[in-house]
Amino acid sequence: MSAMTDFGAASADSARAAAGPPEPAAGAARRSRGRRVRLPKSPKIIFGVITLGLFFVLAVIGPWIAPYSPGASVSTTNGVPQPPSAAHWLGTTQLQQDVFSQLLVGGRSMLVVAFLSGAVATVLSVVIGVTAGYLAGLADDLLSMVANFFLVLPALPLLIVIFGFLPASSGSNDLLIGLIIAITGWAWGARVLRAQTLSLRSRDYVDSARLVGERTWRIIGYEILPNLMPIVASSFLFTVLYAVGTYTAMAFLGLINPEHWSWGTMLFWAQSANAEISGWWWWYLPPGLAVAFLGTSLALLNFGVDEFINPRLRAAGLTRKRVKRYAAGPVPRRFQLGMTPVVRLRDGGQP
Amino acid sequence: MRILGRRVVFYLITALAAITVDFFIPRLMPGNPVEAILAHLQGQISASTVKSLAVQFGVQTKQGLLGQYLTYLNNILHGNFGISTSYYPSTVSSVIKGALPWTLGLVGVATVISFVLGTLVGVLVAWRRGSWLDNLLPAMTFFQAAPYFFIAFLALELFAARLGWFPTGRAYNQLDFPAFTLPFAGDVLSHAVLPALTIVVCSAAGWIVGMRNVMVTTMDEDYVLVAQAKGLGKRRVVWYAARNAVLPSVAGFSLAIGFIVSGALLTEIVFSYPGVGWILLQAVNNRDYPLLQGIFLIITFAVLAANLAADFVYVMLDPRTRQEA
Repeated sequence: MSAMTDFGAASADSARAAAGPPEPAAGAARRSRGRRVRLPKSPKIIFGVITLGLFFVLAVIGPWIAPYSPGASVSTTNGVPQPPSAAHWLGTTQLQQDVFSQLLVGGRSMLVVAFLSGAVATVLSVVIGVTAGYLAGLADDLLSMVANFFLVLPALPLLIVIFGFLPASSGSNDLLIGLIIAITGWAWGARVLRAQTLSLRSRDYVDSARLVGERTWRIIGYEILPNLMPIVASSFLFTVLYAVGTYTAMAFLGLINPEHWSWGTMLFWAQSANAEISGWWWWYLPPGLAVAFLGTSLALLNFGVDEFINPRLRAAGLTRKRVKRYAAGPVPRRFQLGMTPVVRLRDGGQP
Repeated sequence: MRILGRRVVFYLITALAAITVDFFIPRLMPGNPVEAILAHLQGQISASTVKSLAVQFGVQTKQGLLGQYLTYLNNILHGNFGISTSYYPSTVSSVIKGALPWTLGLVGVATVISFVLGTLVGVLVAWRRGSWLDNLLPAMTFFQAAPYFFIAFLALELFAARLGWFPTGRAYNQLDFPAFTLPFAGDVLSHAVLPALTIVVCSAAGWIVGMRNVMVTTMDEDYVLVAQAKGLGKRRVVWYAARNAVLPSVAGFSLAIGFIVSGALLTEIVFSYPGVGWILLQAVNNRDYPLLQGIFLIITFAVLAANLAADFVYVMLDPRTRQEA
């Protein structure tokens, strides 16, 4: 949780630094630095942060509060899944396992894999993307080519081939799964970061740092990287989102050990029992919704970061009701083509 | 045209790299691939299959790694992907050939529909920003984030199992024989509606959000203001802005097509649609490694071809790329 808030703060800070006015207004910028860092207030971000927080809590305490063991048959009447009841809040599976317990236990594996591969892929993309963008020349050509190669390659079939050949024991190793997904997921971030680094490296302040004689790693680490933070955050969230989908898909295909409980393996069991055409909605609906809401919360956070990078999207996000509430002066009620809407708060701040 | 030439070379190199990856993965894994396959199959395999596997993975040959690689390349160039162990004695290429038309038809049509529809809706949402249409975005995010096969589950339960509007799976009625007749075509169509709808609903969300975001930025450009100041009709102005805003969507096609194909494979599995995704599941379940590798290569080639097509369209749409040549 705290990691996410840090991200928001970091991106807010550096977005202002990046967009910070040049020399004449430097005084104003310095004065505003003393103020508290502006945290995002859009409902999208709040919804995303809260949902993601709930999922984190679930991942930590889920396995402890699960009423039953996820793999244990709770009753001997085999064959037909039981609908939700007081004893089993989300009903049972065909083998009479408690769906609610499976849902609680399955979240941990999902979040570990998703955030591990997101972190590894982000590190890879920063190292490769920034290096390629800053060094240019032959190194850039080679690294870009590798990134483009991974970008074009269809990831899921590749992962299926890799996992098909791995020894069966690795099908329940979250760390290994996360690392392998990261290998197929870093290229998008690397490409975006490379493009932005290319544009940053010719800015005046980088040139002056170079003329002063700062070393290359220092320029990259202290001059360029801080200005890339919003993009890094956005690409991190994107990769986590990608890992959620990919991990679910691989488990659904049966590439992950089906006894290794995650939301994907729950869907795998539901599909192999034809739950979707037998009307056993309580079996596949909870894990599917869990994946979808986890993904939605990540995507909404990503929107929030996007709105930091591109303020035009932010203004566009205001509905008429909110404009009416916030606007100090006459603001066109209806969007007019060709007009940049500028929204001011009554107290003179920004939304 | 130099740009296109470079792209073609890049795709050729990528195809070669994919083949190389495909060649090395089984050889990098611990143990002998043939033994691994035998362990999974637990003796339900004939002696001739073992021999063909051994030849394919170069286990008992005296060739070095380079020799094996060249043989492998040569085989692929001649369309020889080896022999499927689960559909023995069919070759991998004949198994894939039987499934490919279904996938190409389904995924191709669904992708075109979702791109056109998604882009149009994206323009509309951006044009009317600030109106109730903005509420579509969170819903779109949900569809974008939900796994395809989960949406497919819902579609099946609702439209096939409960309402009974559409069949629950397969590409055509089992009692029918494939023929070029009108009833059969109708049968195929009614079986394709639900899978196609699933793919369109899930993938259109991405196009809508992408188009909307670029369109919002484009509508603030000076030339849009000029067009409006000249007194052009609103539709005309939006058309000018949309033509420029669509470029990133076309350029982003390469990123999207991989996602769509992966999602479509899973959709096919839910609907028991006899395409590549369905045989992919069979290959995974039966540990049919030659088929698995063959499918990976075929899908990669198909995605590369789709990318090349998107590049051609991009050069046609954007005159700036032609100027460089």
